[in-house]
Amino acid sequence: MVEHRGLSRVIPYFVLTLGVAIIAFPVYLCFVGSTHPQHIVSNGQMPLTPGPLFFETYYKTLFIGSSGSTREPVSTMLINSFIMASIIAVGKIAISIISAFSVVYFKFPFRMAAFWLIFITLMLPVEVRIYPTYKIAADLNLLDSYAGLTIPLIASATATLFFRQFFLTIPDELVEASKLDGAGPLRFFWDTVLPLSRTNIAALFVILFIYGWNQYLWPILITTRDDMQTIVIGIKKMIVTADALTEWNVVLATAMLAMLPPVTVVVLMQRWFVKGLVETEK
Amino acid sequence: MQKRAIFGGTSLPYLLLLPQLFVVAVFFYWPASQAVWQSFLLQDAFGLNTSFIWFENYSELFADAGYYRTMMTTGVFAVLVAGLSLSLALLLAVQADKSIRGAGVYKTLLIWPYAVAPAVAGVLWIFMFQPSLGVVAQGIRAMGWSWNPLLNGNDALTLVVLASTWKQISYNFLFFLAGLQSIPRAVIEAAAIDGASPTRRFWTIILPLLSPTVFFLIVVNIVYVFFDTFGIIDAMTQGGPSKATETLVYKVFFDGRLGGNLGSSAAQSVILMIMVVGLTAVQFRFIERRVAY
Repeated sequence: MVEHRGLSRVIPYFVLTLGVAIIAFPVYLCFVGSTHPQHIVSNGQMPLTPGPLFFETYYKTLFIGSSGSTREPVSTMLINSFIMASIIAVGKIAISIISAFSVVYFKFPFRMAAFWLIFITLMLPVEVRIYPTYKIAADLNLLDSYAGLTIPLIASATATLFFRQFFLTIPDELVEASKLDGAGPLRFFWDTVLPLSRTNIAALFVILFIYGWNQYLWPILITTRDDMQTIVIGIKKMIVTADALTEWNVVLATAMLAMLPPVTVVVLMQRWFVKGLVETEK
Repeated sequence: MQKRAIFGGTSLPYLLLLPQLFVVAVFFYWPASQAVWQSFLLQDAFGLNTSFIWFENYSELFADAGYYRTMMTTGVFAVLVAGLSLSLALLLAVQADKSIRGAGVYKTLLIWPYAVAPAVAGVLWIFMFQPSLGVVAQGIRAMGWSWNPLLNGNDALTLVVLASTWKQISYNFLFFLAGLQSIPRAVIEAAAIDGASPTRRFWTIILPLLSPTVFFLIVVNIVYVFFDTFGIIDAMTQGGPSKATETLVYKVFFDGRLGGNLGSSAAQSVILMIMVVGLTAVQFRFIERRVAY
């Protein structure tokens, strides 16, 4: 920054490397544990270097499943998680972008009322209305279905606000030009607004995909069948209270598989991830 | 709020709003109002008899020492996680903001835990600290300290705090880094020319200019501890041992489970709703100030 001498040049590297190491350590141990035989892990005799069973453990985890309480193979859970996260991300973006378009580009009675109705849901996270929401989903026959896993979570005040803010920065001249060309609102939305929103959509998708993938409370309420489990709730059910029965190597392999997709998304799409995270908070 | 150039149309704007308003009405407002209604009701264990009892669920809650204990736990939990994760994230962000080689790589390596699900983070940390098989637990015992999060409430809370902090550092780090990078270099260089040491510059210039970010993050971290740590707690301790790690949200879940005590669970939900409204209001006030600054 300003000084560049002696020890002060080394300190940042030292602190950051230490930070990275401490943050990565739990995941490293998890990986190591997933490559050793179960009895070694469960005895507390696990060495700190990877063992020989990488392929065996991950094959068993993905295609056979743990022999404990849940017998569903983890590949099924991965597919469920993937479907749930994708529907939530795409659905939230789709219904929010059209809501924001309506609120910004039209004038109609109850426009502000509609906007506030969406906005106030920020203050009603699923955690404060757990059982009544469950009851409605059950009454609507949504238990153990992808619709039940996703639709109740699909409203998004954050995404609506985010698109609204962005639409307000689109110059009015574009609408006027569009109108002169004889384009109606839907044509304008499709030909102008949507292409302009591309980077915003990408940024939101990254954030919302992670949000969907990591859902926990709602899926444990809404799913009863093992084959509808997502990986994040499946892993918890593998940890048996009597620890001797927990197949820790399979649990740890499942943890690795549960982290892989969202972490990959963050690392590969870091630019959009940061944009989405920082801008949706405004 | 609105454009000068707008479209006409009578039904189209409503049609565009319809999907979101439908979801909001069915899955947000209806259940929220049900929660309020249920909080005034008493149901027997089989759900056969329901009677209206005004505020009895609330007065029972506020007469219950257990509810205050859960509030205390949540408060201590929030203070510890916010304190730890904010200070560690700030330390890392200040280092990453210096002109160093490979800053981008460090940044990538520090932000990925954001993507780890809370429940999975819980599994990672219980594996390290599980008394009989955890690598770190064995280290702690080898040093002669007692450690058993399965039996000792303080150990359990420590463990839940560590896992929650681990997950939250990346978020705080990103916002601190963005905040630091928006401080004009000229201000800091001017102070350096006046002879202010790096420590002095940090306390008298950088931190005050960063205070809007700090306040914003404090609120976000409190919300995180209140709501997003549910998965961590459920995977690690289920609120135990003997309720030592039970937060307010976990109690709502636990008390209403299997139709247990729906009235009390609903009353707790309503109290939580009021808290969220307060927190959101505070958050928006700070954001306004952040924009003004």
